[in-house]
Amino acid sequence: MSTPALRLENIVKTFPGVRALDGVSFEVMPGEVHALLGENGAGKSTLMKVLGGIYQPNEGQIYIEEQASKMASPLDAKSKGVVFIHQELSLADELTVAENIYLGELPRKSFGRVDWATLYANSAAILKRLNCGFTPQTRVGSLSIANKQMVEIARALTVEAKAVIFDEPTASLTDAEKVVLFDIITDLRGQGVGIVYISHRMDEIFTISDRISVLRDGSYRGSLITADTNEDEVTQLMIGRSLDLTHAIVPNELGDVALSVEGLSCGSLFQDVSFQVRAGEVVGFYGLVGAGRTEIAETLFGLRSATAGTVKISGEDVQVNSPIDAISQGISLVPEDRKQQGLVLGMNCRDNMTLPQVAELTNGPFVSHAKEVDIYNVYHDKLEIKTPSWKQLAGNLSGGNQQKIVIGKWLSMAPKVLIVDEPTRGIDVGSKSEIHKLIRDLAAQGYAIIVISSEMPEVLRVSDRVIAMFHGRIMREFTAKEVTEDNLVQAISGIIPDKVA
Amino acid sequence: MSELTILQDSADRRKAIVALFARNGILIAFAVFMIGFTLANERFLSLDNVLGVVRSSAILGCIALGVTFVVISGNLDLSVGSMMSFSTIVVLDLHDKIGPALAIPVMFAMTMALGALIGFLVGYLKLNSLIVTLGMLSAIHGLTLTYSGGKNMDIADKEGTWFSVFGQGTVFGLPVPVIIFVTLALILGVFLARTAFGRKVYAVGGNGVAATFSGIPRARVVFLTYVISSFCVAMAGLLQASRSLGSQNTVGQGLELDVLAAVILGGASLLGGSGTVFKTVIGVLILGFITNGLLLVGLQFYVQYVVTWVIIILAVWLDVAAKRGRLWSPIA
Amino acid sequence: MKNENIKLFMAKGAIWGFIILELIFFSVAGEFFSLSDKAFMDWDNMLLLFKQSAPIGIIALGMTIIMINGNIDLSVGATFALCAVVMLDSMTWPIFAGLGNWVIPIAWALALITGMVLGLINGLIVWKTGVDAFIVTLGSMLGFRGLVFMYNGENPTSHLNWTLVDMAEADILGVETPTIIFVVCTLLIWLLMTRTVHGRNAYAVGDNREAAVNAGIRVGPHMVWNFVLIGFLAALSSVVFYSSSGSVNPNDGTLYELWVITAVVLGGTKLVGGSGSVISTFGGVIAIQLLRKGLGHIGADTAMVNLVIGLILIAVLFLDQQLNRKGKEELKV
Repeated sequence: MSTPALRLENIVKTFPGVRALDGVSFEVMPGEVHALLGENGAGKSTLMKVLGGIYQPNEGQIYIEEQASKMASPLDAKSKGVVFIHQELSLADELTVAENIYLGELPRKSFGRVDWATLYANSAAILKRLNCGFTPQTRVGSLSIANKQMVEIARALTVEAKAVIFDEPTASLTDAEKVVLFDIITDLRGQGVGIVYISHRMDEIFTISDRISVLRDGSYRGSLITADTNEDEVTQLMIGRSLDLTHAIVPNELGDVALSVEGLSCGSLFQDVSFQVRAGEVVGFYGLVGAGRTEIAETLFGLRSATAGTVKISGEDVQVNSPIDAISQGISLVPEDRKQQGLVLGMNCRDNMTLPQVAELTNGPFVSHAKEVDIYNVYHDKLEIKTPSWKQLAGNLSGGNQQKIVIGKWLSMAPKVLIVDEPTRGIDVGSKSEIHKLIRDLAAQGYAIIVISSEMPEVLRVSDRVIAMFHGRIMREFTAKEVTEDNLVQAISGIIPDKVA
Repeated sequence: MSELTILQDSADRRKAIVALFARNGILIAFAVFMIGFTLANERFLSLDNVLGVVRSSAILGCIALGVTFVVISGNLDLSVGSMMSFSTIVVLDLHDKIGPALAIPVMFAMTMALGALIGFLVGYLKLNSLIVTLGMLSAIHGLTLTYSGGKNMDIADKEGTWFSVFGQGTVFGLPVPVIIFVTLALILGVFLARTAFGRKVYAVGGNGVAATFSGIPRARVVFLTYVISSFCVAMAGLLQASRSLGSQNTVGQGLELDVLAAVILGGASLLGGSGTVFKTVIGVLILGFITNGLLLVGLQFYVQYVVTWVIIILAVWLDVAAKRGRLWSPIA
Repeated sequence: MKNENIKLFMAKGAIWGFIILELIFFSVAGEFFSLSDKAFMDWDNMLLLFKQSAPIGIIALGMTIIMINGNIDLSVGATFALCAVVMLDSMTWPIFAGLGNWVIPIAWALALITGMVLGLINGLIVWKTGVDAFIVTLGSMLGFRGLVFMYNGENPTSHLNWTLVDMAEADILGVETPTIIFVVCTLLIWLLMTRTVHGRNAYAVGDNREAAVNAGIRVGPHMVWNFVLIGFLAALSSVVFYSSSGSVNPNDGTLYELWVITAVVLGGTKLVGGSGSVISTFGGVIAIQLLRKGLGHIGADTAMVNLVIGLILIAVLFLDQQLNRKGKEELKV
């Protein structure tokens, strides 16, 4: 048995308040494609960033061909043969393909001049290895995303790589482009490179990988040999049997249709989306990152222009061209990124909570602090926000409390439709439960609620109905009774069942 | 885990120290300056001198009040200097043509039209405020030159007009410019701190994206900050014109830098979201006393340029350092 | 794809089209409005155009690199004046008294060194404090100007040396020194930007600073070098200009940065960094100078020129924004 190209032993990585990796061990053999799976937040990206030199582990050791190594920086990792191909492209548009491939390591002649001959020759060789259709002299800005990704991969091949890590490489690729990518991976593998393949997509993993490992909540859950397993087994490893079913959905009395969406499209972001939400119910939107869920929410809230389709609130056609319109039509959005989109971190809790309606909370020409504090207190109590006083700056609160401020802000607007995008992202388990219970309570009070989530337990715990999205389209709509972990995962991975249940 | 906690604490402690120093460093430095100047020249803290400083700071001060709104909302205005020249020239010219009673409102309208234009470009068209106001600086300068035909503008009958009361009059011993400055500061201070609009300005500057997500009409808010700024510039132009009853068409040149220095000295962050009218007044006074102090110890006005330079760099550096928690930049 | 290429072509070729438009416009308008008998597109007039473009043009070359890095330098005007003061005044210093005309190259050297030192100061502050370049150079715009005034108060600094003037006004085959220096500099900077590692890295630093850092490029020293370079170029421009003029007022060069930035932005370099070309800046400089001359030719005064330049800067900004919009799928924030 040969030595692993790459081995991580008991890696621990913590951030303030969060233990992202809890003693994870992982290895890749040369010439193997080892897939790494896990839900959003499971720790895959963090593990790979530790490997790629972007983060330093708090505990644990990295071994390259059984030699203990430290990855001080991405450049350092690369020089040791570990190359990370990111999801976000880090290319300079104005430079040529060759210059990007050799960024930071351009071959030189005297006087700091670039050795173009060597540069183009070496680049051409790499591009040939990858079967790329463009020349090294092409300006990167003019390439398609798929080709840009090729350039990123080419960057990885300027050194004799021992291990190459692909992070969600097919997110923006067409099927034809995927085939090319897989050919490259097969090639690399034939050359003895160890490959780590991070992805959600079952079909790809079963096509390309030799081994599958699963992470969940920062710990290692197990490995399976691809040839010996199937999608269901993998899904079970990912989800685990610890799904808390004590919070079974209690259905409410449903009121009228609060929101009705018909044929809504926005360019290439999502197409032909139709659904309804009634007062008293929670509709959950589940899917991979990029499936189009957040974009739908943004369109409903007036932050994007729809290119087709209609939206009705309480049966009336509405035109929502801006958040101001949305608010006046009774739509509220608790956004995905509470720090960048939901709160002004430099303002105190009270001011953040009253922001959308501050112009109405007045006493003559001045803002009435009394009215503001009243509203704050109502939601402080209702949502059990834990802060010593409203004067605390929002930036100093914990994630859970920050999220409650944002939710309180929108509840105070008494919306007809409340959209919550990633209600508990980055929030500790205790607060998560509180917020889930809150969402069910709000539904019971008659709100029409949409919850967008990337965490399956969450979606299953709060939704009366679940809408599964994939690549901008609605794949299936499930009722709470119909939905199971398995069929949901399959729906969002693009797998259409042979017969509908 | 415990090792990590310790590290967190010391990093936090360092951050707190830097922040403390940043927030109060200016005041400490200012105190040092004041003591130094008083020791160097005993006239420095005399009532006469102090009043004189406040009086001569009034014009700059008025402009700084308006620019505070612009800066808090996260933008800049480099055109205020040439806009003030414009106001001064226009009101002096119109004084002799249509009489002071009409000249003043017309000048205000014209100045605020310019402010509205800038507000439109930066607020609604979302163009970069640095470049737009740099371009407007030149354009308005050209406008002023064209309007004045390149000549200085003087009022014909300097003795007989009541117009001079703004710049030269006194009420109960207080110079009118000081009264106007203080009144404007109070009104705008209350406006910024206590009204819904003021809250919106802070929101737009603190996090423009979150403000939009909260239904704040960001474009309109930014637009109005420039209108307010131009109102203040018009007021400053009025005071200037009324004080000298005649003026060169470059009278306001370079003021934008002093205004920015005053606003920064007052502790407003150029990144937006913080600062108050009151703090700007302090900044204006600090700048005024420094200039005055330098003069009293016999240094020429241009030494102030160098001093202001050092102060701006230090003030912004400390602000940036406080936000990132480290004194030096982490770039390799 | 085709749309993208068309837009790109329009963006890069636009400045030359604009110049042609100007030539046509002013030649025609000149027939009606001009005060002089000579045609606008007279050979001597055009040669003069290049010579007059040199002061702004040389600095604009440096500003291009700075802006490609995603930075900006508002202190070039003050540097320009300060270097002139150093050059002219140093020729009267007692230490050099016995050197005769050999003091000239020394004066030049001192001026150039001054420019580089000022640039170094800017660069170091930007690197080490992390304060944005525009604030740093906004401050130095004031500070350096203060130093200019401190030299000689509000009086001009002059020194007349006929050898110097003769050298400055010399010409080779009818082309005067400033033009030659401007063209040579353009060529050299162009070579720097297109053929050297430093030049190619500049684009990466401006486009994606983090990616550049991760790729191992030493971003801090890189930016310092560029500030030293623009300081040098501002000094060079000053040397060229004041060698023939012989006298500098402490307010000289005020707002030079506006002209320079307008020329660079007009030439197509983006404010946000990551793209730009020295040749396009050359075009932008010619276009601006052409505008000044043309307006003068049809009887407009300095005031009108200021007005037009300011408006053009804003118009270019607007056009640039429109050409970069991502279309329907944009988030409206």
